[in-house]
Amino acid sequence: MELKQSFLKTLNGFKQMTPILIGVLLLVSLSLKAIPKSFYTNVFTGNNLLDPLLGAVVGSVAAGNPVTSYIIGGEFLEQGISLLAITAFILAWVSVGVIQLPAESLMLGRKFALVRNGISFLTALVVSILTVLTLTLV
Amino acid sequence: MINKILEKIGSQWIFLILVVFLYLILCFFNLSLVKESLVGFTDLFLKIIPAFVVVFFLMFVFSLFFDSKKTSELIGRQAGIKGWLIAIIGGIISMGPIYMWYPLLADLREKGMRNAFIVVFLYNRAVKIPLLPMMIYYFGLPFVVILTFYMILFSIINGILVGKIVKQN
Repeated sequence: MELKQSFLKTLNGFKQMTPILIGVLLLVSLSLKAIPKSFYTNVFTGNNLLDPLLGAVVGSVAAGNPVTSYIIGGEFLEQGISLLAITAFILAWVSVGVIQLPAESLMLGRKFALVRNGISFLTALVVSILTVLTLTLV
Repeated sequence: MINKILEKIGSQWIFLILVVFLYLILCFFNLSLVKESLVGFTDLFLKIIPAFVVVFFLMFVFSLFFDSKKTSELIGRQAGIKGWLIAIIGGIISMGPIYMWYPLLADLREKGMRNAFIVVFLYNRAVKIPLLPMMIYYFGLPFVVILTFYMILFSIINGILVGKIVKQN
């Protein structure tokens, strides 16, 4: 393919993507401002069965840099929240994207986006159990 | 009639219009939140510019040098282990927010990239080598090693599952 043709094709692809990108950035920014960090701390109940699930749910809805999830996770650890819940929270944060779901659906297909995020959510729970279990055995 | 209008506008613009509408509604309830969010939006936008440039360059290079045959060989049905490795390493070394990579992946899928490899790429974006020291600081080395191992392993399992559920032409 010629240089100019490839450039124009890429440019056209980006033009299509721009409104979606702006929409997602607006949603991410809104969620970052609307949900204060203190909200996450108040979610957990101290129940060992319920907390991992809550961690995964909250992590799925949250958006932002993975570093933020590590910092919040570190704070949770100091507050005595179970490692299982924290791991599920971090994993869901980095692998499930409820806020990005419309963009993923528009670009990669609705079924793909729903199935991928659904499986990633379940994986967050399974991997957190396996990680904590392995850690106790090592 | 409405369907035709919506089709003409395009789903990407409808999505943006809906988000702007949400902001407008919020203006009536919490104007300061909207103002803060708009400032945050500008910051986020400036932050993603480097990733934006990288993805644009990659899309341009792929468009120039990778036809359907070549894409299929590397990350298509015939790719085998090579395809899994490319998807894992690509996901780990990729930078910027996840949504920046959707158009490139959609483009590559049109050329024959497997859904399973897209899933593996997206899942392994969670494994960020520059951020590992930070994670080790908070949770310790054994935790990070075990978690990273399971994340890579489960990225493949997720890829296989999604590949089986979401059929590809």
